[in-house]
Amino acid sequence: MDGFTALYIFMLAAFTGYEVISRVPVILHTPLMSGSNFVHGVVLVGAMVVLGHADPESPLQLAIGFVAVFLGAANAAGGYVVTERMLAMFNKGDKKKEGGA
Amino acid sequence: MLNGFIQISYFAVAVVFILGLKAMSSPVTARKGIVWAGWAMVAATLVTFQTPGMQNFGLMILAIVLGGSLAWWSGKMVKMTDMPQMVAIYNGMGGGAAAAIAALEFARGEVHGTVVATLAVLGALIGSVAFSGSCVAFAKLQGIMKKAIRLPQQNTVNVVLAALTAVLGLAIITAETPSGMLIVLFFVLALVLGVILTSPIGGADMPVVISLLNAFTGLAVGFEGYVLGNPALIVAGIVVGASGTLLTQLMAKAMNRPISNVIFAPLTGESGGGEGQAIEGTMKEFSALDAASVMRYAGKVIIVPGYGMAVAGAQHKVWEMAQLLEEGGVEVVFAIHPVAGRMPGHMNVLLAEAGVPYDKIFDLEEINAEFPQADVALVIGANDVVNPVARTDKSSPIYGMPILNVDMAQNVIVVKRGKGAGYSGIENALFYKDNCRMLYGSAQQAIAEVITHVKALES
Repeated sequence: MDGFTALYIFMLAAFTGYEVISRVPVILHTPLMSGSNFVHGVVLVGAMVVLGHADPESPLQLAIGFVAVFLGAANAAGGYVVTERMLAMFNKGDKKKEGGA
Repeated sequence: MLNGFIQISYFAVAVVFILGLKAMSSPVTARKGIVWAGWAMVAATLVTFQTPGMQNFGLMILAIVLGGSLAWWSGKMVKMTDMPQMVAIYNGMGGGAAAAIAALEFARGEVHGTVVATLAVLGALIGSVAFSGSCVAFAKLQGIMKKAIRLPQQNTVNVVLAALTAVLGLAIITAETPSGMLIVLFFVLALVLGVILTSPIGGADMPVVISLLNAFTGLAVGFEGYVLGNPALIVAGIVVGASGTLLTQLMAKAMNRPISNVIFAPLTGESGGGEGQAIEGTMKEFSALDAASVMRYAGKVIIVPGYGMAVAGAQHKVWEMAQLLEEGGVEVVFAIHPVAGRMPGHMNVLLAEAGVPYDKIFDLEEINAEFPQADVALVIGANDVVNPVARTDKSSPIYGMPILNVDMAQNVIVVKRGKGAGYSGIENALFYKDNCRMLYGSAQQAIAEVITHVKALES
C-alpha cells in the first residue's frame, strides 16, 4: 500500500467514525464507548500476525508476541461481554413497554 | 502478503464493524449492533489463522484462550456498578497490544522506511500511554488508588517527559537500526508518561478520560495496522479513533468541562489550598410520615433520582408516588444530572421504563433555576451530583463540576441507605444543612412507606 492510498483511507475512515456517531443520544454514550472499545479489539488480528511471524528461536520475540495476542484477545472478549451486558440492561425497558402495549 | 480470501474477509469485517457501530448509536438497534460486530470479530480471528507463512500456532492459541477466557469471565462476573473500570482495563489491554505489536516489529527489524517507522513509533507511544493510563484509571475507579497524585510542577514534568519521549521516538525513526536499549527506554518513558498524565485527574472526570484513552487506542491500532499492511486494523482503528474523539467531546460537554480542563485542571486546582472546608451541623432524620406530609402539602416537588434508585429498582414506586402527589394538586417534576448513576443517561432510561412522560423530565440547565421556588427537593439515592461543595470548596476534587442545586429548595429530603459517603468518597455537605432531612432505607421500601402515608392523608 503506498503512502497516499493509506492517507486517503485514514481520511475517509476518520470521517466515517465521526459521522457514524454524530447524532447519538446521551443515554448511549457509555455503551457506545464500550462498543468502540470492543471494535478496536481487532488489534488481536494484528497481534496474531506478528506472533505468527516471530522467530521461534527467539524467546524475546515469542514473549512479546504472546503478550500482544493475550492483551488483544482480552480486549476483544472483555469489550464484547461488557458492552453486551450494558445494552441488555437498556433493552429491558423496551421489552416491558412492548409487553404492556 | 495476504491472499484474496483473507482480503475479502477483512473487507467484510470492516464493513460490519462500521454498520455495528452505526446500529449501536440508536437505542432500538444497539443490541443487534454489538452482536454483529461480535461475529465479525470471530470471523476476523478465524480467517487470520489462514495467513500464509505463520507459525507458533500453539503459543498463539494458548494466548487467545487465556486472554479471552480470563476477560470473558471477569466481564461476566463484575457487578454492573463496576462497568466503567472494566471498560478502562480492556481498553488499556488493546493499547498494550498495539504497543507490543510495534515492539515486536522493531525486535524483528521489520520496520523499514520513514513513514512506516514514524507510524510504528506513534502507535507505540499512543498505545503505551493508553495502556498505563487505563491501568491508572482502573486503579482509581476500583478504589485501589484513592488519591489524585499531583507532582510538584506537574505541568513542567509533563512537558519535559513528553519532549524526551518524542526525542527518543525521533531517534528511533531516523536510526538505520535502532539499538535495543533505545527502544526499551522509549517504551519505558511512554509508559511513565501515561501514568503521570492520568494520576492527577479526579474521580468525577474519569468517564471522560476513559473515553479519551479509548480514542487513543483506536489511533494506535490504526497506525500499527498501517505498519502491518492490514486494512482491517487501519479502518477499525481510525474509525474508533475518530468516533472516540467525538464521543469524548460530547461527554465533556455534558459535564460542562472542556477536555483541556480535564487534563490540565489539576494545575489551577492547587490555588485552593490543601485543607477542605469543615462541614458544620448534624444529619437530621425524618420519618416516612413526615416526608409524606411535607410533600403532600407542598406546591412543587422536584425529584432527583440517582444510582440508589437504580440499585433498588424503585423507579416504578417513585412514579406511583409522583402520580399520587399530582392527584393531590402538587406539581411534580424530575431533575436529571448528566452523570447521575454510573452511566450518562442511566436515569432517563429507568424513568422511561416506569412510564414517566418526557415532558416531566428536565436536565440540569433547564431545572437548576427552579430549585429556589420548589417546596421540596426529593433526592433518591443521589449523592455527589447534589453536593454543594462542588460550588463552594475549591480544594474538593469535585469542585467545578456542575451540580443540581437542591440545597436551594425550601426543604430537602434525602432517601439514602446508610450514612456513608458517595462514589467519589467525598463527604456531602448537603446532608448537614439545616433544610435537609434524611429518610433512611432502600429507595424501594422508603418510597413504598411514603406512598402508604400519602394515601392515609387523603382519606
